[in-house]
Amino acid sequence: MNKFLKWFASDSFIVSLAAIVMGLLLGAVVMMIGGYNPITAYGALISRVFGDWYGFGEALREMTPLVLTGLAVAFAFRAGMFNIGAEGQVLMGMTGASLIGIKITGLPALIHAPLAIIAGALFGGLWAALAGYIKAKRGVNEVITTIMLNWTALFLCNYIVRTFLLMPGNQRSVDIQPSASISIDWLSQMMGNARVHWGILLAMLASTFFYYFLWKTKQGFELRAVGSNPEAARYAGINVSKNIVKAMFISGVFAGLAGAFETLGVFHYQSVYSSLPGYGFNGIAVALLGMTHPFGVLAGAGLFGSLTYGSAGMSFDAGVPPEIIQIVIGSIIFFIAAQGIVRFILKPVYKRKKEKVL
Amino acid sequence: MAATPVVELKQITKRFPGIVANDSISIKLQKGEIHALLGENGAGKSTLMNILFGLYQPDEGHIEVNGEAVAIDSPNKAIELGIGMVHQHFKLVQSFSVTENIILGMEPSKGGIQIDYKTATEKVKKLSDQYGFRIDPNAKIEDISVGMQQRVEILKTLYRGADILIFDEPTAVLTPQEISELIEIMRKLVAEGKSIILITHKLKEIMSVSDTVTIIRRGKVIDTVKTNETSPFELAEKMVGRNVSFKVDKKPAEPGEKVIEVKDVSVKNKEGITLLDGMTFDVRRGEIVGVAGVDGNGQTQIIEALSGLRKIDSGSIVLNGKEIGNHTPRQISESGVGHIPEDRHKHGLVLDFSVSENMVLESYYKEPYTKRGFLNFRAINDLAKRLVEAFDVRTPSIQTKARSLSGGNQQKAIIAREINKNPDFLIAAQPTRGLDVGAIEFVQTQLIQQRDQGKAVLLVSFELDEILNVSDRIIVVYEGKVIGEVRPEETNDQELGLMMAGSRQGGTKA
Amino acid sequence: MDSLLIFGNLLNTTLVFSTALIFAALGGLFSERSGIVNIGIEGLMVFGAFAAAIGTHYAEEAGMGGASPWIGLITAVVVGVLGSLIHAVATITFKADQTISGVVINFLATGITLYLVKLLFDGAGETPLLLHRLAKLNFPDFASIPVIGPIIGAGILNSYPTTFIAIILVFVTYYVLNKTTFGLRLRSVGEHPSAADTMGINVNRMRYIGVMLSGALAGLGGATITLTTTGLFSHTTVSGQGFIAIAALIFGKWNPLGIMGAALFFGFSQAIRNYVQLFEWSASIPQDFILMLPYVLTVIVLVVAIGKSRAPAALGEAYDPGKR
Repeated sequence: MNKFLKWFASDSFIVSLAAIVMGLLLGAVVMMIGGYNPITAYGALISRVFGDWYGFGEALREMTPLVLTGLAVAFAFRAGMFNIGAEGQVLMGMTGASLIGIKITGLPALIHAPLAIIAGALFGGLWAALAGYIKAKRGVNEVITTIMLNWTALFLCNYIVRTFLLMPGNQRSVDIQPSASISIDWLSQMMGNARVHWGILLAMLASTFFYYFLWKTKQGFELRAVGSNPEAARYAGINVSKNIVKAMFISGVFAGLAGAFETLGVFHYQSVYSSLPGYGFNGIAVALLGMTHPFGVLAGAGLFGSLTYGSAGMSFDAGVPPEIIQIVIGSIIFFIAAQGIVRFILKPVYKRKKEKVL
Repeated sequence: MAATPVVELKQITKRFPGIVANDSISIKLQKGEIHALLGENGAGKSTLMNILFGLYQPDEGHIEVNGEAVAIDSPNKAIELGIGMVHQHFKLVQSFSVTENIILGMEPSKGGIQIDYKTATEKVKKLSDQYGFRIDPNAKIEDISVGMQQRVEILKTLYRGADILIFDEPTAVLTPQEISELIEIMRKLVAEGKSIILITHKLKEIMSVSDTVTIIRRGKVIDTVKTNETSPFELAEKMVGRNVSFKVDKKPAEPGEKVIEVKDVSVKNKEGITLLDGMTFDVRRGEIVGVAGVDGNGQTQIIEALSGLRKIDSGSIVLNGKEIGNHTPRQISESGVGHIPEDRHKHGLVLDFSVSENMVLESYYKEPYTKRGFLNFRAINDLAKRLVEAFDVRTPSIQTKARSLSGGNQQKAIIAREINKNPDFLIAAQPTRGLDVGAIEFVQTQLIQQRDQGKAVLLVSFELDEILNVSDRIIVVYEGKVIGEVRPEETNDQELGLMMAGSRQGGTKA
Repeated sequence: MDSLLIFGNLLNTTLVFSTALIFAALGGLFSERSGIVNIGIEGLMVFGAFAAAIGTHYAEEAGMGGASPWIGLITAVVVGVLGSLIHAVATITFKADQTISGVVINFLATGITLYLVKLLFDGAGETPLLLHRLAKLNFPDFASIPVIGPIIGAGILNSYPTTFIAIILVFVTYYVLNKTTFGLRLRSVGEHPSAADTMGINVNRMRYIGVMLSGALAGLGGATITLTTTGLFSHTTVSGQGFIAIAALIFGKWNPLGIMGAALFFGFSQAIRNYVQLFEWSASIPQDFILMLPYVLTVIVLVVAIGKSRAPAALGEAYDPGKR
């Protein structure tokens, strides 16, 4: 408990908190410039998220893919790679889950749903591992390959939906079998039909897994060594190529799960997308908000998810364009990254604190 | 009455958080003299010179150039005052040509926009000829030898019209021949009216080239003496603060059976250039074999081949009777090879890992450090505590990041880890580079102890003194081949230097 | 249809697609050769595309007619530079992580521009359609040359002025980078900042210039899309072109000529999918595969053709002279 309190007083916590406050303030200023009342706007945002059970459930739903794509980006980051491809891995995850969820019939839910989830995770993982393999074997920068694989995945998944799963006359697949659904119907009814599903819980488990795997296991030790100093890792006898592929695979599994949950828990079908849906790019932001720590990612996804979901309320009730939230999130990340600026602004506060002690 | 010094440092004090790097230091440099600044690593020499070169500002004291007080607030200002610095770690852009590196920041140009390469090349050529540098102005830095790169550094200062040259540990990376050439160059510079400050911790150089010596210890001036009125022993004592022995204490070696046999090993790089050309040697139980040679003659490659980091194209490497050529680094490590790598930061440690994690960098996957896939922190920390104590690694705690340890303690940590593996064959690549006298003694003693315990030790070093003092047998490598083998007690600098330059005379077995 | 004419048209479309990429990748080049990673090129293009639409729109309203798109172009350069200053301040002055700062630029750019669009145009999601865009240059004399006329005249020369500007800029960049004092200093800062510092070069100033040039050029790139292709600004105007430009930068090995080659390759593989459909045999190929083509081709080329490319040595490292 003492440790917990210490953490709250720690420098990085104060700086993060200050960054969030400064981001919200900056958003307020921008709103005032546009002639809006920031208090009304933030009020509407908060009441949208916490005002009723439906809003809260939907905010949780919004958070879930963010947690997972955030973990995906953070995990690759810890292994020394920048995975811009969570986007494509999410789409692959959706497709894997849709294929199993739609095409296989007659299984009990207890088997069908997990099978569909696993398929999604594998699709995402293998898609990311491809970029890892190309990096390990040919030395091609993963930033370019993952960007290219995003677009490739977009069209590949659209092709699969159009060819094998299409609901005739629509730009979407047919519905998944009820046995593949992971919606929690009783809870959903209690929460005014908010689309809550088991994926929310699994996403939290995933971040716990991330933590234990990376810092408590042998394989995590290898991944961190490779991420921190690949040359020293090689000298120490660690197989760097294998670990690059493995790290990307696990990263892709997180993203693939995000996609699978969206299909199986939220939409129950898969759309034909005209452009990249943005899950992966938001994941980059969440990973950075969370300072690439799994529990930080949880917090970051909470913040990001409530802000984005709440912004709809803001625009509905206070007429403020929801894009303001992107500005707020962008500046929060900016302030966290450029801690120098925050410390610069906090300086007078720190000084006073010291003087008090004296 | 003495002439006005060209540079006078008056009571310079510089503090960094936690330490006083320079404590009221005063030094006079006379025109046309070579003034040596002697001190151990961390004594404050570099800080002082960075102040003179305008990279740091002194907290107290001031500088006079030709009798006038000056404020040197940037390298630009120093250059303006005619002060030039030849850095220890060359500040050269690898992908640029010699000329580009020299003219950078003061480019001759047409109308201030386009670089006039013709004039530039001519100027560089002229300067180079004037001092006998024999350098190709159009060569890329990455293609020329270390000795040549140093000449580029010197030319940079001359091109800017420097009259006062600071040489920071200039011989650390040079061969004996290159060192004597450098000394020639320094004499020529002085003869042309330049003045030189020579920073070094090598007594031999000081005795052979300098006029005056100032000794610094822990940020304070201990003494300033005329070189011809002192002796190496006196200087050493003043530098370290106690008596030092130059000879490493050791018993004669008692070599046993062959532990490692390298036979006809050849390696080519991706471009097809031969790096190892049929290298052959062996190391026996209970002996230290020193590898002497100019940097770039296959030392790196043979070490990499021996530790599994590089594939060999032909030949064989046999450890205790078993072939280990082209095995993976882990297989080789497990068959009993320890490796103290040349580059601590890049290859020896994961700097962002804790001391404790670094201690198990090669054994983390074994029992008891891993149990059922999970790390066993109690066992890891126990090991780390034991090694930190046994090898006197100074660290605030075993959870401290390796990055924040001093160079000497980082090296101790690596040695602790490698020796703890209890290897039959230990490779030590440049194990004392950049360490202070105390740490050097420690490292060398450890190597000899390993030998005495019956291990085979291969020592690769560019410090000839170290090779001569520590080894029981010396092999000389040249262009990827062993071209000679000598006993340390039967040879000297000159002979070794000639062999390292490719001459086979004196070689017994080539 | 005459196959030469088809080929001419294919070239023409290639140039249209490539132009924005050339601008943006050259922008990336100036930043990265000075040692600052700039993944915010996408965002800077968004700023540029938005500013071009706004600048042109208000110039039209002020009655400037055909000159309006040029006003838009200049606005885009100015706004691009302002946007890049965020990156410069964060990474150079405050030594923030360069990748993170780039991601932030991308976020801020979409947020700020769309917010402003809604503010300025009563909640609309896009700017009004521009009445004036840049017009293609026309050289009828060349087009009527026998045999090669369709290729030279209709194919290459019949392009937007921005295409010509972009190609000229490639050679200007080559010259500036390799032949001038500015270029030498910029490169030295990206390769070995502390060497440059001891030679009296102001590292931070050079890096600021590098990043600001990247803002100007990426802004031009974004503006090109608005003023030649879409005719308005919305959230789909840039849609990933900035990332493709970064790929072109790496693929082109941080050299202006290489970048032009890479950008033309990407442009060509985007253009070719429009032309494949002219052939009957293409009917049997699913449309999604044709859309996928440029990206798959890129990956294949990267895997087969190049190994490691050599980035500037000090890329991504903040310069801290006080580090002992």
